[in-house]
This record gives sequence, structure tokens and C-alpha cells, in this order.
Amino acid sequence: MSFVRRNAWTLGLVALMVVLLGVTRLIQPNFGVSGLESLARAALPFAFATAAMAVVVIVGGIDLSVASMMAVCSVTAAVLMQTMGGVPAILITLAVGTLMGLINGVLIVLTRVPDIVVTLAMLFVWEGTALLILNSPGGIAAPFLREAIAGSVLIHGLPKALILMAIIVAVIWVPLKRSKLGLAIYATGSDENAAFRSGVAVGRTKAAAYAVCGLFSAFGGLSLLALTGIGEPVPGPYLLAAVAAVVLGGAVLGGGIGGLLGPIIAVFILRIIRTILTLAAVDPNVTTIVEGTIMVGVVMFGAFLMMRGRSPS
Amino acid sequence: MTSQTDPMSSGVTDTLLDAQNVAKSFGAVRALTDASLTVRRGEVVALMGANGAGKSTFVKILTGAIRPDKGRVTIRGAEARVGSPAEARRSGLVPVYQEPSLIPDLDISDNLRLGDTNADTFRHWAAELGHPELRLDAMIRDLPLATLRIIDLARALASTPDVLLLDELTAALPTDLVERVLRVARQQAEDGRGVIYISHRFAEIAALCDRATVLRDGRSVGDVDIAPGIEDRVVEMMLGARIDLGQRAAETARPKPGGAPRLRVQNLAAAPKLIDASFDLHPGEVLGVVALEGQGQDELFEVLAGMRKPAGGTVEIDGAPALFRHPADAIAAGLKFVPGNRAEALFRERSVRENIAMPFSARARAWGPLRLRHEKARVAEAVERLQIDTRAQGEVQRLSGGNQQKVTIGRWLAHGVETLLLFDPTRGIDVRTKRQIYPLVRELAGQGAAVLYYTSELAEVPLACDRAVVIFNGCVVDIVEAVDATEERLMRAAYGLTSAEGAA
Amino acid sequence: MSDIHPQAETQARPIVRIGRFLKDNPVIPLIALLLLLIGTLELMRPGIISPFWAGNTIKFAIPLAMLAACQVLTMLTGGIDLSVGIVATASAFVAATLTPLVGPVPAMLVAMAVGVVVGVVNGFGTGIARVHPLIMTLGTGLIASGCLQVYQRYVIATGTDIPAILEWLGTGRTAGLPNGIFLFVPFAVFVLWLMRYSGFGRLLFAVGSNEKAAQLSGVRSWQVLMALYVLSGLIAALTGLLYLGMIRAPSLSLANPLMLPSVAAAVIGGTSIFGGRGSFAGAIVGALILRVIETMLTLARMPEGARIALFGLIILAVTALYVRFTEQR
Repeated sequence: MSFVRRNAWTLGLVALMVVLLGVTRLIQPNFGVSGLESLARAALPFAFATAAMAVVVIVGGIDLSVASMMAVCSVTAAVLMQTMGGVPAILITLAVGTLMGLINGVLIVLTRVPDIVVTLAMLFVWEGTALLILNSPGGIAAPFLREAIAGSVLIHGLPKALILMAIIVAVIWVPLKRSKLGLAIYATGSDENAAFRSGVAVGRTKAAAYAVCGLFSAFGGLSLLALTGIGEPVPGPYLLAAVAAVVLGGAVLGGGIGGLLGPIIAVFILRIIRTILTLAAVDPNVTTIVEGTIMVGVVMFGAFLMMRGRSPS
Repeated sequence: MTSQTDPMSSGVTDTLLDAQNVAKSFGAVRALTDASLTVRRGEVVALMGANGAGKSTFVKILTGAIRPDKGRVTIRGAEARVGSPAEARRSGLVPVYQEPSLIPDLDISDNLRLGDTNADTFRHWAAELGHPELRLDAMIRDLPLATLRIIDLARALASTPDVLLLDELTAALPTDLVERVLRVARQQAEDGRGVIYISHRFAEIAALCDRATVLRDGRSVGDVDIAPGIEDRVVEMMLGARIDLGQRAAETARPKPGGAPRLRVQNLAAAPKLIDASFDLHPGEVLGVVALEGQGQDELFEVLAGMRKPAGGTVEIDGAPALFRHPADAIAAGLKFVPGNRAEALFRERSVRENIAMPFSARARAWGPLRLRHEKARVAEAVERLQIDTRAQGEVQRLSGGNQQKVTIGRWLAHGVETLLLFDPTRGIDVRTKRQIYPLVRELAGQGAAVLYYTSELAEVPLACDRAVVIFNGCVVDIVEAVDATEERLMRAAYGLTSAEGAA
Repeated sequence: MSDIHPQAETQARPIVRIGRFLKDNPVIPLIALLLLLIGTLELMRPGIISPFWAGNTIKFAIPLAMLAACQVLTMLTGGIDLSVGIVATASAFVAATLTPLVGPVPAMLVAMAVGVVVGVVNGFGTGIARVHPLIMTLGTGLIASGCLQVYQRYVIATGTDIPAILEWLGTGRTAGLPNGIFLFVPFAVFVLWLMRYSGFGRLLFAVGSNEKAAQLSGVRSWQVLMALYVLSGLIAALTGLLYLGMIRAPSLSLANPLMLPSVAAAVIGGTSIFGGRGSFAGAIVGALILRVIETMLTLARMPEGARIALFGLIILAVTALYVRFTEQR
């Protein structure tokens, strides 16, 4: 009973996703295993971008540079894989992502410039860095990386990409959330002042959350590389999508509420809507408009909720 | 009244907490000049002081939330270098702050984990405090305020503090819980620990405390043992030797307010603190509002200024019911609000002229060219009348506090005043400026304006007001005529000591 | 009132004074910086400075300064408008494609209407739904670029034409100066007048300086924000038209590269991204400075990536310095 009430929003999202999948099936009876697989693959970078954004939103911040950090990681890995093995390249890329996130966080804490401004500036810094690493799309992806997200695993119809993402997010997030640091992240986002009084090192907690954001961005960059097989220095449209998915996924802009599961399900919902529109033979550009409108609408709704939540206090 | 604590014969081990000559300034404002407090084993010490005496700053310094400029805090004889609340806690002083310091979006057990509090000990204390059924997986934000205060206290007790600091803990509690809290606090002292108890309620202090340290104007002015009949002495100390605020200007023949009131407030309630306020305000009258901090006066003024929606009751202006959705509505109805916190009303980086002239541009139809000549004349008039020192032109933030306050009032003088809502207009400003403000308020009333005047300085009431309503616990408990408004009378009323419901 | 990080009072007094002076007169040191940069440029490549070079620099600084006006005006209220790049692009594209169909004047009017529509949506989002302007304008920019793609589908066959007046403004020269100044000077005078001598301009400062105080003065801030973002959209659309005349090749990313420098120009020009303080004169000098820096970077064969990163760092550094200066009080 309490489980249901506590996770009502997430369960509602799951239900919505199932309904949307049903609609997809209705429109296109052929939609099956391969459709599911490509859906999961295409959703991968969005899911990691959203996970990255969710962590900083929970700590009460926002990171506009997520897409740029993904671009940096994608080209870093693509360049490294030209000269070294896939595994060390991946490890270095993950370290680079974490470091970028940490730099963002430390700058926010030290300069005391609002997070939204710092990460806007860093958006350009990282975008420029990506272009410096690789001026135009290039590099290569290790073959196993491409393999890792293609097809199904265990049983037919369980996309590998989905399982991979679930494992990565779970391995990072579940222990983190249970740890003292995770608690501090939620506490800081919920009420910075009360967290400080309860003995939380607020500055360090924020910096750590941004570092985790960078780590997830690195996975996002790697999944981009795995998807296209080539390093792409120009950031993709992941920023607004991530913010919208986080809001739709039940996290509150302002902090303290939400997790990663809801936002990631929200990513799939947004991707399924796109699939439906594509299957219904809607012009892909119109699809972009519809998607953009949904996202802006969701963010407006989130801002409205935040206002309501704040007014009585 | 001796201002120093006696040197103790029984040695240092007896002293749990010793703060001496603590001073702290915020910019030009000296919040604390020389505050001292000693807590010995087995003692409950009350820390008392009127609004603005520096209590909350002192508490923040003791608990490590801010560092003092001067002075020294020792806990159990060791210099306490408390840089953060976490360190203060480790050193043995555990506070329960005025507002809950629990994380709203976490459940109780996570909140305990955050401060490394033992859940079983917590349960024990929660049971002791009348909440044996508390579920640890309950979300903080779903719990009522009274329960939060108990959780805060139980959490503090569970860390077995040497010194427990309770800051206005009982304000939100029902009577039966207050009794339990007092019993537990007393028990702490019996067990050889120390308690610092901050409250506005004399009845509780009389029942619980051994001693009281009184702060006034950022300074410790007395240390008295609690005994029957001590209230008068403490009230006297809190008021102190009065500064001469000047004489009330000769009364202009004021027509007795017999006609229709300008503003009629009936049974007004507003969340969270205002429960029931009724009064009339007539043209030509200055009606004082007297209340301790947080008795509902903030909500009253915010409702009248259009910043907060009332939960019940009515507001009538010149006999017509009024409901404000935005401050612009209130201004259109002639209610001009000067907030207590100057920072809320000023555009710090803008000039005096712009600050005063802002309401002229507020409506969309005034967005075009500024009417510079008209504006200049009106602003000059207001500046002249208030004698605002504008030598530091350019930015309002470079003016002194008193001049800044004059700017916030001058804005409405330039715009025209029918009903003026002044919220503690003399807070934190120099005596000279204060002396200019009282005659100004009288003059405005003389010209037919109606003024509602909240003040935290009781001596102002006879100087500026015709009558004063006293608010306690969200309700109007008394209405005092200016002639009867001695500080003692007002102070007792504000502490709920006159009327029966004051005991709450 | 009291903060989690209480500031120590007595630090860096001289810094405060210098900071104060710079805040009060941002244009003076900026002009000095501009001259210094021009001198450096001449040292790097003797003989590069010429009347022709100056005219060219001014010419390309004009659209940048106009978009910077959008940022200055929105930043006065603590906002930002990240949709200006796409609005300018869309306006240019619409004007170029509609001219052969409906004639130059109606085409330009429709182009301006694009700015109004985006502005209304931005104004609604920031003023009424209270979404952070950064997110809101980013979102409308995304939607607008989608709309532009769809629009392109339907009109690409009709060909493009550039109204003669725009070509004259964009490419012509009078006495060595670009004709763009015939548009820009009245525009700049209007913006400076708006900021200083109009009620609306005063409210922009008020909302950004202290929104609560503005409300207490009877200002309904949503009205101000709505009008502001519509104005910003209009300016962006106008810039797009001018830029179309300069580049003469409408594309779907025409003015997008101006977006980031427009923010940088405003910030360099002494406008606070937190609101309440800003100077359009400073932004104009800022735009010139950026153009000179760009020339230097090109001469030094600095890659595109380094340029973008540098602009990002400039924005961050200037803002961080600003926070340092203003926190000491």
C-alpha cells in the first residue's frame, strides 16, 4: 500500500509507457523485437543524459553542459580508440567525464555564481574543447562497443541496450543512493539550510553530485559513439530533452525529490511518442516541433508545480 | 544588576558552557556588542531579550552557524572552535532551532542517519515526549509542525548533549506536550547536564529555569535567579534605561474618530500565524500594532498589502469589501505598504530618485516617456519633507540605514498617502532619524491619512500612535489608548500576561 | 537575512573601490581595452589597421551589437534570450523566401511577426509560467528551428530574393562607413532612450534589481516580462533582416553563430546577468572588442573550438568577478 503510494508517479509512468507501446503496436502491427531493439538503442544517449541531469536536479542544481560533456566524451573515446584498446579508452573517457563534472561543481561552489550561469558558460567551454579534440566527425568505435548495444540478450526481445543501461545505472546509482553521500545529496537539494544544520558538508556534496553527473555524461558520450561508430564533436539535442524527462519523471526542479527510475522511464515515453509519430508517417521535422512543444509544456508544468510547492512556506 | 557572572569557587569542571564578551557585526549593523552566558552543571538557564536584542545572533554563534568577531566560547573548559553545526554538535552543544532543521523530503530514519543518531535512543526519547507510535518511515513533510518539534528535540536528546539549547521550542506545541518538554528538560538538568532555554513565555521560564540571562541591544545586561515575582524585574531589564526619543508633538485638534472607518478588519485569519484580528482604522488616526516576534503581525500586514491571501475574515475599505490579488490592487485601493525589511522595498543599485519615483511607472500606460519634470518636483518634495541626505547620490545601497528607510517612506509620500501601512519603520536606524519619523507620521495623520504602525519598540507607541492593538498568539488580545500605553503595560500585554488566554 | 556563508566584512577594500568605479563607468575602461587590442593587432600584423578595416569591423559588429541589445534588455530583468539566434535566422529566411511571392515589404513584415510570435511564447513561459528564461528560450529556439525546417520544405521551390533595401543596408558604404549605421544609429538611440528615459526601461531595471520591491511598488512583473520578450524577438527579427542583407545567402543556420557572442558582448559590456545593472553603450563597445578579438584569433590561426571555449571562459570569468565585487558590502 505504502509502496504504491510512494511510487505512484513512477507506476503511472510505467502504465503510460505500456499504453503507448500498445498504441505503437496498433498503428504498426509489425512493430516487434527489432523495433523494440532500435528504440532502446536510440534512447540510450537520452537516458544517460537524463540520469546525469537528474542527479544534479536532485541536489538542487541544474547542468546545462550535459550535452557538451557528452560530445567531449564521445570524441575523446573515438580518438583514443584509434590508438589503444577499447577498455582503457573507455576507462579514460569515464575519468574525463567525471573530471569535467567535478570542475563544473567546484566552479559553482567556489565562485558562488549560480549553477545555471556557470554551466551555461561551461557548455561553451566543453563544446569548444570537443571541437579542439576533433574538428569534424571522425575517430572510430571499438567493434565490441557497437556490438554491446545491438540486438537482444538472454531472451529474444529483451534489448541489450536496455539491459546494459539498467546495469550501469543500477551499479552507480543504487549504492550511491544508499550511501551517506546519496543521503546528503537529497538533503542538500531538499533544504540546504537544514542540511547544513544537520551537519552535511553542503559544498562537497554539490561538487560530488556534479561529478556523478559528469560520469553519467561520459556514459552518454560512449553510447553516442557506440550508436554512430564515429566521434561527433557538435553537441546533440540532449539538454532540453534531459530537463523535460527529469521533470516528467517526477523530479522537482529545485531539488530533493525524485530518483533516476522515473526520469529514465520518461525518456522512453518521449522516445515512444517519437516512434509513434514516425510510424504515423508524420514529417520528421513536425515530429521535432511536437516533441519540442511537449518538452516545453512539461517544463512549464514543472515550474508551475514548483511555484505551488513553494507558495505556502 | 550585576552584568558579570561571579567567579566560581567550585572550579572549571562545574562550568559546561562559558561564552564571554561575544561581539558580532553585520556590515554597519552591530548585532551583538558584548554578550556573555554561562551554563553550569545541573542548570537550566533562560536567555531572554526583547525583539532585536541579539538573541538569534547569539544562538547562531553558540551553535557554530556563524563566527563571532570578538569574544570566546568554551565548552567544558576547552575552547570551542566551532566552524559548523556539525562541529558544535561534536563538542557537546546540541541546539534545537526555532524552525525545524529536518530535511522535508526524507523520512525520519534517513534524517537520523544524516546526523548519525541512534534510532533506538531516538525512539526512547520520542516515547518519553509522548510519541511512542512514531513510524520511522514517515516523511518529514507529511508530519504536523508539533511532531517535527518533538522529533527535533528527540534527535537532539539522543545524542546525549552536555548542553541542550532550546530556541522557542514550545511556540508550536499544544499544552500537554509543553509539559512533557519541560519535564524532560528539567530531567536533563537533574542528570547533571545543562540546558539553555529561550522562550517568550514567562510561565514556562518560571516553571523550568534556575537563572535568566537578559540581553538588551546586543549586550548582556543582567543575570538573575528565577524567583516568584521576577517578571517585573526582567521586563524592566529588557526595556532598560530609555533613550530619549523626543516628545510627542503638540496634538493638532484631532476629530474623535466617529465617522466611517477607512479600513475595517474583521476576524481576519491568514496562514500560518494570524488567527483572529479585528480592528478599525479611521482617517486621521495612527493605530499602533504591538506584538512579540512572530505573533501574526507579519501575516496581517502582508494580507493588507496584497501579498498574501487571507484564510478567513474580511477587509473593508471605506465600507466596501476588498480582496487584493496583487500589491497593485492594494495600492489602487490606497493602501501603501512599507515593509519592515528595507531590503525588500529598495532597488539597491538604483538612485534615490528612481527608487522614490518607481510607482509612477508601474502601470502599463505609464511605460512611455518619463514625465521628468513632474517626477523631479514630487521627488524633491518628498526628499525635502523627509530630509533625506542625498549627498551619496547614485546608489541607494550607499546610503545609511536611516536614509534608506526614509526613501521607502518617501516613495509613498511622493505618490500620495491615503492609508499607510508601516511595519517597524524605525528598526535598526539611528535615534535622530527616529525622532524625525514620529512627527512625520503625526503630520500625515493630521492631514487626514490613516496609518497602521507596527513597532517592535514599545516606547514609540505613545509618541506616534493614538491607540494600539496588541496581538498575541495570532489574536488581537487588547486595545490600548495612547495615554495608557506605558511600556510596562504594553510589554505585559504583548507577553499575554494581562488577559486570561495569555497562559496558553 | 543571515546566510550560510556569512561574508567577512573587511577584505579587499581597494578591489571594491575599483569594482565600484568600473560598475559605474563600464564604457571608459572598455574603450581603453578596445584601443589596446587594436594596438596589439597592429603590432601583430603591421599595416592591417586601415579605414577599410575599421569600416568592415564596424559593419560586422552591428548585427552583433543589435543581438546584444536583446541580451542587455533581458538581462536587466535577470533573464537571457537564447532564442535570438534562431529568430534572426528564421526572420532572414522567411523574408528571403517570401519576397519573390508577396513582395519585399509584406515579406519583411511577416519576418518581424516571427519575432513577435516567439517573443509572446517566451513572455508567457517566463512571465506567467515562471520557467527560467534560459530553459524557456532554449526550448522555444528548438521549436522555432523545427518550424523553420518544416517551412523550408514548402517554400524551397519558390527560390529566394533579397529586398533591395536590405542589400543596400547590408553591403553599401557611405563615406567609408557601412550603410548599416543608418539603421543602427536610430536603433541605438532608441534603446538608450528606452533604458534611460522611459517608464518601461525603468521597470526593467526594477524587476531585475528586486522583483519583490517592484511588486510592492505596484508593478505587475508578468506584463513587463511579456512586453520585454516580444521586444527582444522584434529586435532579433530586425537583426536577421539586416544580416540577410550583409550575407546575402539565406540558410537555416545564418545567424546562429551570433548567439553566443551576443551574450559575451553584453556581459563584457558591464551588464549583470543577475539583473538590475546594464549598459547598452558598453555592449556596443563589447561587440567591437569581440570583433577585434576575432580578427586576432583568425590571424593567430586559432581553431574554431578554442574560440568557442574562450568565449565561454570570458562569460564565466566576468560573471565570477562581478559576484566577487558585489558580494563585498
